[in-house]
Amino acid sequence: MNFKDNFPKHLIEEIDVIRSKFPPDKSKSAIIESLLIIQHHNNGYLNEELISSLANYLGLTKIDVYEVATFYSMFNLKPIGKNIISVCTNVSCMLRKSDDILNYIEKKLNIKVGESTKDNKFYLKDEMECLAACNGAPMMQINHINYENLTYEKIDKILDEIPND
Amino acid sequence: MIKLCTATFSLDNPSSIETYLAQDGYHSWKKIIRDKTPKSEIIRLVKESGLKGKGGAGFLTGLKWSFINSAEKQRYLVCNSDESEPGTCKDRDILRYNPHAVIEGMLIACYAIDASVGYNYLRGEFIGDQWIVFNTAVKEAYKNNLIGNKVLNSDISIDIIPLIGAGAYIVGEETAMLESIEGKRGMPRIKPPFPAVQGLYGKPTIINNTETLATVPYILKNGDEWYKNLGLNDSIGVKMFCMSGHLNRPDVIEAPLGIPFSELLNQCGGILDNKKLKAVIPGGSSVPVVKGKDIINIPMDYESLMSIGTMLGSGGIIVMDESTCMVSVLERISRFYYAESCGQCTPCREGTGWLYKTLVKIKSGRGTQSDLDLLNRIANQIEGHCICALGDAAAMPVISFLKNFWNEFEYYVDKKESMVG
Repeated sequence: MNFKDNFPKHLIEEIDVIRSKFPPDKSKSAIIESLLIIQHHNNGYLNEELISSLANYLGLTKIDVYEVATFYSMFNLKPIGKNIISVCTNVSCMLRKSDDILNYIEKKLNIKVGESTKDNKFYLKDEMECLAACNGAPMMQINHINYENLTYEKIDKILDEIPND
Repeated sequence: MIKLCTATFSLDNPSSIETYLAQDGYHSWKKIIRDKTPKSEIIRLVKESGLKGKGGAGFLTGLKWSFINSAEKQRYLVCNSDESEPGTCKDRDILRYNPHAVIEGMLIACYAIDASVGYNYLRGEFIGDQWIVFNTAVKEAYKNNLIGNKVLNSDISIDIIPLIGAGAYIVGEETAMLESIEGKRGMPRIKPPFPAVQGLYGKPTIINNTETLATVPYILKNGDEWYKNLGLNDSIGVKMFCMSGHLNRPDVIEAPLGIPFSELLNQCGGILDNKKLKAVIPGGSSVPVVKGKDIINIPMDYESLMSIGTMLGSGGIIVMDESTCMVSVLERISRFYYAESCGQCTPCREGTGWLYKTLVKIKSGRGTQSDLDLLNRIANQIEGHCICALGDAAAMPVISFLKNFWNEFEYYVDKKESMVG
C-alpha cells in the first residue's frame, strides 16, 4: 500500500474513530493506535512515507510520530515475513525450557531471531518482553494469538497448518 | 472458595453481559445511581475495606482516590491493563473472562472521583484476544445504558474507553502510561506533582490496576467488613496469585491474603517431577528472590513477605526447583530490564547494560571474582537514583540473588560452569 498524502477512505474512517476517543485538541494521543492499524494494512511494517502521511493527517510533525514508531517494540520499520512469531523467553518460560523451543523453531524455519524466512511466510520476532501467559509456559504468540504449553509436536502442528498464501 | 475477580471464570460465555448480570453484576453501580450515593461515602468504604493496589505497589486504593485534586473540573480515571511484570498473568484472565467487573469497577471509581472519562490501557500484545473481548464488553455496557450519556436515565454521564499500547514494559509505570496515552514515548515523569494533582493532559488523574478495579464492585456489594475479613489471620482481603515455573500445575489462583505459601504450592500439585524447592520470586521478577526454605511456611501477605526481605508485588510467583541455575536466571532477568529501560536516567540506562553484560560474561565462563563485586556495586548505584522504579526493579534481583546464592555465583566464576550442571 502506498499512500502519498492521503490514506484510503476506510483507513481514514478508522483513524477518525481513534481520534474521537480523545479531547479534540489532543490528536497526538491517536498516534499509537493509528500506527498499529496502518501497519496492519501495510504487510506488518511502517516506513517514513506512512509516518509522514499520518503526521500530516493528524496535524503533527513527522518527528512526533517517528519517535513513537521507534520507541514501541510492536512497530516494525522494515519489511517482515507475513506471520509474526514471538517466543517468550522470559523467566517463567525459560524455567519451562523456552530456549529449547526457540532453538527448535529457529532450526525448523532455518532462520535466527529477528529474521524472516526466504519465502516471507514467517518472521521470528526478537521478543524480550514477558507475554503475560506465565501459567501456560512455554508459550508463543503467532499474529498475537497465544499458543501455550508448547511441545515440539505442538509447534510442528501449529506451524505446518498455517496456509502458504 | 472465594471468587471475586474470578467469579465468572468457569461459567459459559464468561465475558458476556448476560453472564455478569446473572451473577448480580452491575448491582453496585445501579444502586449508586439509584440512591445517589455520596462520593465521599464510596471513598470511605473503599478506604476502610483496606483494599490495596494489586498491580505491585500495594498502596491503599481508597486513600489514593481521596487525593484527587477537586479544584479541577476535568478529571480522569485510568485502568492499568499493561500487564507485563515477568511472572504476572492475572489481568489477562480478568480482561477476557470477567471484563464487566473491570468496567463496573471503573464506573464506580469514575463516579467516586468525579471523572467523566475512564480509559483502560491494555498492553499491545493483548490485541488478539483481551482487546477484542474488552471492546465487545464495553459496547454491551453502552447498549444497556450502563455507560455513556445519562447512565440509567440519571444525570450522570461517564465514558469508558479502551486503549491499546504497542509494546513497552515501562508503560506499566503510571506516569509513563500517561505519557503514552498522550501519544508520546513512555518515559516516566518526575513526581511530584502526583497524577492525582496533575495527570493526563495536566488534569487530576487516578490510575489503578485492573485487578484492583475489578475487586471494587464486590466490595461495594458486600461491604468493607466483609472484604476485610476475607483475609486469613491479620491479613486483609484477597489476591490473585500467578503461579509459574517448576510446578506440576501452574495456575492463577484467587485466594485470601495470608494463605501459606505451602498451600499455594499444594494447589498447584507441588514441584514438578517431585524435585525439591530451591527458590521463589514471590511478586514478579523485580522483587528480591528468597530461598525456598525461608518462604515455605510464610503467609502470603504484604507484611509477612516484607519480614523475609521481599515483597508481594504483583502476585507473580515464580517457583524454582533444585535444578535451577541461579546465574542463568539472573542473566535472563537482567536482559529484560536492560531491554526495557526507557533510557531517560543515566544510572538505569547505563547500569542495566553493565549488569547484563557482566552477567553474560560470567555465564560464558570469562567472569572473575571482581565481577561479582562489580555487580553489587552497579546495582547499588542504580537503586534509588532514578525517576521511576525500573532502576530499582533491575537492581533488587541482582542484590538478592548474590546475597542468597553467593556460593553458586562464586562457583561459576571459579569453575567456569554452573554448580547445578
